[in-house]
Amino acid sequence: MPDEDKKRAAHRALVDRILNGEGRASAEQRARAFGNEGLSPPLDTLMGKVVTTPAQVTEADFAAAKASGFSEDQLFELVICAAVGQSARLYEAGLAALAEATVTGEAG
Amino acid sequence: MRLDILNRGYSPATRLLFALIRLFSGHPVPDAAKLVFYRPDFYGARAKEFTHEAMRGPSAWSVGDRELMAAYVSKVNESAFCIAAHTATARRAYQDGPMVAAVLADLESAPVQEPLRATLRMLGKLTAEGKLSAEDMREVLSAGVSRQQVKDALAVCVAFNTTDRLSDAFGFEVLSLEGFEAGAKYLLKRGYR
Repeated sequence: MPDEDKKRAAHRALVDRILNGEGRASAEQRARAFGNEGLSPPLDTLMGKVVTTPAQVTEADFAAAKASGFSEDQLFELVICAAVGQSARLYEAGLAALAEATVTGEAG
Repeated sequence: MRLDILNRGYSPATRLLFALIRLFSGHPVPDAAKLVFYRPDFYGARAKEFTHEAMRGPSAWSVGDRELMAAYVSKVNESAFCIAAHTATARRAYQDGPMVAAVLADLESAPVQEPLRATLRMLGKLTAEGKLSAEDMREVLSAGVSRQQVKDALAVCVAFNTTDRLSDAFGFEVLSLEGFEAGAKYLLKRGYR
């Protein structure tokens, strides 16, 4: 379906840009933020909250990350990578459940 | 917002645009709009394209349905700015405030059609738990939702799981009721691009 392809394609373009395009944070750091794994303290706290409990992010989480040497532009990118990463996993999980449901159920 | 660059890091042309928006709308530019103007080549340009496609692109779901999904997902994420923004937009799209309020208060007893209820339930579970089973999805399909509608709803869910996180992490300022109403009017007229 062309419309569905357009939504997925637009999402892929976003993911591809933030991970593989030019950035102030290294591609490796962005990939780690996206996957929420392999991050060192205190950045791991901020990124973990963005992924699991975003409403609990505080000024202090940003202050600690800045004090450890990250610039605001790097944190801008890394927070976006963490948020888009979690959402991308939800997309995959939802589409996988749909595929499984329609393989064993009726196609439609 | 929690990063100074998101409050003050804009080009003179963008600052002028913000000033004009404030002048003509009577409201400051919401932080959600500001975010996509900051280094748009990194995030904003492609995020707007994806969100617009999910929320306003062709779909069997109405604009009201999709705005309600956005509000519902935001409620599961406890994202204050996005709950208010998309509750206002859904109310205006449906011209039915009580129904929108009922869905957000208690999905199971709310006066909505079963396909929409089953879809919202599925999006809420995916958002809260990060996973879904084939059985969860079969329940949605057997409520009369097409595969394409499931995919369209997932796109809305993905767009708002991103926006909710950014809204709370960066600390979007919650607007006045009038500010959210003005935002809702804009989103229904122009969409997300």
